[in-house]
Amino acid sequence: MIRFIINRLLQGLLVLFALYTITFFLAKAMPGEPFTTEKNISEEAKAYQRALYGLDKSMLEQYLRYPINIVTEGSFAVSTSKGRPVRDIIAQSFPNSLILGLSALGIAICIGVPLGVISAMRKNSWVDWGSMSIAMIGICVPAFTVGPLLQIYIAAHLPGLKVAGWGSPIDIILPALTLGLTTAAYLARLTRGGMLEILSQDFIRTARAKGVPSNKLITRHALRGGLLPAIAFIGPSFAALISGSFIVETIFQVPGMGQHFVNAVIARDEFLLLGVALFFGFLIVIMNLAADILTGILDPRVRLDSNQK
Amino acid sequence: MPEKQPMTNQITDTEAGTSLWKDAWLRMRKNKIALASIMVFTVTCFFCFVIAWFCKDPNQVNLVNKFSGPGSEHWIGTDALGRDLFSRILYGGQVSILVGLIATAVSVTIGIIYGALAGFFGGKVDAIMMRIVDTLFSIPFLMIVIVLQAVLSEWSRETSAWIVNNLNWDKGFTDRITNVLPLFFALGLLGWLTLARIVRAQVLSLKEREFVEAATSLGLSKLTVLFRHIIPNTLGPTVIYATLTVPGFIMYEATLSYLGLGVESPNSSWGILIKEGANYLETNPQLLIFPGIIFSITLFALNFLGDGLRDALDVRASKD
Repeated sequence: MIRFIINRLLQGLLVLFALYTITFFLAKAMPGEPFTTEKNISEEAKAYQRALYGLDKSMLEQYLRYPINIVTEGSFAVSTSKGRPVRDIIAQSFPNSLILGLSALGIAICIGVPLGVISAMRKNSWVDWGSMSIAMIGICVPAFTVGPLLQIYIAAHLPGLKVAGWGSPIDIILPALTLGLTTAAYLARLTRGGMLEILSQDFIRTARAKGVPSNKLITRHALRGGLLPAIAFIGPSFAALISGSFIVETIFQVPGMGQHFVNAVIARDEFLLLGVALFFGFLIVIMNLAADILTGILDPRVRLDSNQK
Repeated sequence: MPEKQPMTNQITDTEAGTSLWKDAWLRMRKNKIALASIMVFTVTCFFCFVIAWFCKDPNQVNLVNKFSGPGSEHWIGTDALGRDLFSRILYGGQVSILVGLIATAVSVTIGIIYGALAGFFGGKVDAIMMRIVDTLFSIPFLMIVIVLQAVLSEWSRETSAWIVNNLNWDKGFTDRITNVLPLFFALGLLGWLTLARIVRAQVLSLKEREFVEAATSLGLSKLTVLFRHIIPNTLGPTVIYATLTVPGFIMYEATLSYLGLGVESPNSSWGILIKEGANYLETNPQLLIFPGIIFSITLFALNFLGDGLRDALDVRASKD
């Protein structure tokens, strides 16, 4: 188990390095330059700023310096568009993204998993058909349609809810709901598939024949195996929740990390871009690892396989 | 296995005689939702690519007649600039559907070739190639697409200017084309990973089969065997996966356009229409609701079609 974790962490480092390399060269290939404003800045002033940020060095030196600075000084460089350390920007906005992402994940699990289990228990009934149709709607209707609809038809009419903004805990509800619906839909489909496969197996028939009551059959015997596909999906879906948050943060004006990424692309701010990308990449690596460990605990066969590798 | 139809009938060992596709079609015909989906998608395409040519100019601005409700002149009304919403939805659909289809074609081509080579050569080559795929899998897709799109669209602007200057093409036409091209590649270049895995797994098992041995002993070169005999046999799972990829790419295109990083005027897409509609939701909800409904129905149809194909072809490898 420990060897497996170390192995995966090393692989995670490789992932981050690949992500860094791709983002670095894409950022360099981006047209335009960082210090363009409405005012005309003289060439000297631009050259001075370039030197200040170390952008005048050779490509190779810049490529190597950034990761070295992260490791030795813990510094993610200074944002060229905001003039503040990227680390501070991330530290300030990440808690908002995390709260939003976790609430969305919580909502997704609370809606998706029960929906999937119920559909699997009543396979081919109208309950199954209805909840799977709802799940399909969740997949096909984009967040940027759901978000504005919630704003106009729910937030504007319910006291306490604000159309947009971020301050009191109640403001989390609508963005998290918008963000979580798609994930809930995927979770419902995966849970249904996983449960159906488990419910068709012999040990379930044996348990049923021995007279185990239906509820206990589901909670004690079927859920453990049936939830595996859903759990494997939660790791990557955390990534999807973060990238989906670009949209939701825009709609509900949440001061999170997603907007910084989009703004960094528009402002050609490569340090902010690299910092946010690497930070997201790090989160994804950790979440994938956590999902794998959880799968290993629930399913002994997986644990065995990974040890053999 | 009869050798007469080497294209299709060797994936399954079951009923010899009926081809995989014929079999699948027979099962598919019983699936009413999948059939309805095919019809919905065909009708949508027919409207977007045929009927659209007979509609009003989608960029015809008429500020006197903005926000007009549904009527005989403008069937479902006009937008904030007095443009006909119906023809804007149809023309926007052209871009959305084309991006979905062509980006899928790009990613399927890359995925098949990459996965097939990895599976066919096996050993160290396979290990290295699949490790690369594993690594890329953990990279946030949308982020890279956003940056790649920014890079590619500048190149396309330069290309467009060059074509207009040197080849004397019509500027509007060239802009329309070069504006969409980056999206095809930004999405297609990054969406091939899952398919590469599926194809590799198929090729790994297919290359041990007798028909490959037969082809090799007839003196065919390795690559001929791979491209003429093995790859055609992986088409079943590929078709399923590709069908489910199209709605995903349409959604990505809409997301990028929503963020202002996708297609630009004079092009429009469903993502842009939804974005514009959201601004006027309070006073004119139909501007969001009509494009939103068409968009969702199309995605609905494509997803159900993919599910139906999966049930019909019944390939376990691509179950999730």
